Amino acid sequence: MDTNEDNLISIQGLKVYYPSGGGLFSAAKTVKAVDGVSLDIKKGETLGLVGESGCGKSTLGKAILRLTEPTGGKVFYNGKDLAHLPKSAMREQRKHLQMIFQDPYASLNPRMTVGQIIGEPIRTFGLAKGSTQSRVQELMETVGLSRRFIKRYPHEFSGGQRQRIGIARALAVDPEFIVADEPISALDVSIQAQIMNLMEHLQAEKNLTYLFISHDLRAVRHLSDRVAVMYLGKIVELADGKEIYRDPLMPYTKALISAVPVPDPEIEAKRERVILKGDVPSPINPPSGCHFHTRCAFAIDACRSTVPQLVEVKPRHFSACIRILPQHPDIEQNAREGLGALAQTSGK
Amino acid sequence: MQNNGTILLVKGLKTYFHTEDGVVKAVDGVTFDLKKGETLGIVGESGSGKSVANLSIMRLIQEPPGKIVDGEIIFDGIDVRKLGIDEVRKIRGRRIAMIFQDPMTSLNPFLSISTQLTEVTRLHLGHSKQQAREHAIKMLKLVGISDAEQRIDGYPHEFSGGMRQRVMIAMALSCDPELLIADEPTTALDVTIQAQILELIKDLKARMGTSVILITHDLGVVAGMTDNIIVMYAGKVFEQAPTRELFATPANPYTKGLLKSVPDPAHEQGKDLYQIPGLPPDVAHLPPGCPFAPRCDRAQDICRSAMPPFVEINENHHSLCHFAKEVYQESKMEAATRAAR
Repeated sequence: MDTNEDNLISIQGLKVYYPSGGGLFSAAKTVKAVDGVSLDIKKGETLGLVGESGCGKSTLGKAILRLTEPTGGKVFYNGKDLAHLPKSAMREQRKHLQMIFQDPYASLNPRMTVGQIIGEPIRTFGLAKGSTQSRVQELMETVGLSRRFIKRYPHEFSGGQRQRIGIARALAVDPEFIVADEPISALDVSIQAQIMNLMEHLQAEKNLTYLFISHDLRAVRHLSDRVAVMYLGKIVELADGKEIYRDPLMPYTKALISAVPVPDPEIEAKRERVILKGDVPSPINPPSGCHFHTRCAFAIDACRSTVPQLVEVKPRHFSACIRILPQHPDIEQNAREGLGALAQTSGK
Repeated sequence: MQNNGTILLVKGLKTYFHTEDGVVKAVDGVTFDLKKGETLGIVGESGSGKSVANLSIMRLIQEPPGKIVDGEIIFDGIDVRKLGIDEVRKIRGRRIAMIFQDPMTSLNPFLSISTQLTEVTRLHLGHSKQQAREHAIKMLKLVGISDAEQRIDGYPHEFSGGMRQRVMIAMALSCDPELLIADEPTTALDVTIQAQILELIKDLKARMGTSVILITHDLGVVAGMTDNIIVMYAGKVFEQAPTRELFATPANPYTKGLLKSVPDPAHEQGKDLYQIPGLPPDVAHLPPGCPFAPRCDRAQDICRSAMPPFVEINENHHSLCHFAKEVYQESKMEAATRAAR
């Protein structure tokens, strides 16, 4: 296993495959939602995970916590491989590993009061030193909810407040690691900022590590130390947050960043967008070779047959493209000079 | 082209809902006009009344519980409020078209795309079956759907989210409307697809000369798409200005707060984002005075007791705030500092 002390979670070759379709007369096909992802999450960092819908980012988040069963691969946490722990042992680990969900309404039981919702994990794990109620009240204040609301039901709260309840529930077990799956995308703009600030304060205070899954690249830019870009089940680029926004290498990442509208009419009037053609291809039958070649302006024949590996092309900056080379990371320049398809095919 | 080329004039519009909780003033005195060929952005959070205002224009408010209680809606010289329901139907879909946030729920899952696309033109333009089908194929091609001849016989579930939104746009534009109302047209879509759809709306607008009302909560979306913007809060227009002026020198604390709370790509990670405190207003129980006062960092006593006036900054720029002029001056100074950097 990875013995790097800085890593809290080390994911190695994680796969989640689903059978899809299939009936009386037809064989089921396989959807490779997560297809061999290796990723280290460092202690105390926020790792942003971005990609279009259907790229497998939520499935990856759930598979780390075993809320979805991985098909293969390993997830190391504290020397244990979570992917292969027995169910009961895994339940014990959930004290340290929690999740915040996108839809704060769907993820809260409408028949339980806020006190019961936040108190449930405390009771389940027998964590309260004093009374469960005082611990619940303390948590409510931590996330900015008045302790007077303890007997209220989820429907009595606004979206932002419900997300605070979800966060309080996740914090109830004093976790080390939280997967936040689109925690702000269902919220109003003014409330998004509140929740992002709350998450940052909690991280600093409790030394939390986040996997922040979002399709909102502005929010990811703001919150993340490092950013991983996912496309059809694979990580295609990984770098420090600042670096990836300043110098994205993959054509896909460039298009993603360029697609984000900037709240400034002067900039919007001037800028040239890289607009991707078409939709994300179906994960049931992904394109051969590099999955992105069907939408890529720089695709060459080799892209249709070679599966690119994630390579460190600049210090701490990884990309999975046969036309992006360690000494020549600029794909546009490589295309002009006819470079590409060298290092990786020979290396394999 | 009467009314100086104004296609739509809304004046003092009030749409109220009678609920168990009392009267909800969802839209409470909204005034704006839209010139031919221009795009107006309506920005607001949930409960701001931005969608209700536009449903009112289309006369799509369910009555009861809702009712347009006051105001004028003049579309191309026609007083929409005075029309009978049959006359409204002739305008709706034909001269004013609408696209909604969720293309899945606005398309009928049981009917083929061709049935849904040809219905409008057969009804409004009197097309024959054959004409309608040809026109529908032409529209699908126009919105960038390849193999339109085959795909027209498909059903909504066979299309992706972005493609469904293209179908909705094709349907909305098939009678060549003079006004297109797009209510959060890209909110349910990925950024890459959002960029495609916005580009498409821009392109079609330029080609067909359609006037557009773009309703959104995303300031980024309106920045590149609109000529003028109105910012709504608690059923009222809080600020109204040409797009560039609104972004450069906002004259309302709410607009300023919204602009500051969007993460800036140039913003360093680790610093706190500006946040507007508190919650969006409960429109059924508004406080006295300015509805934003409980969340406003510069609120004074007067804000909590008296409804602010709609202050004219200049001919095209208005702000609902007791301190509109001061806020505007501050914004101007901030803009000057930014420019000096």
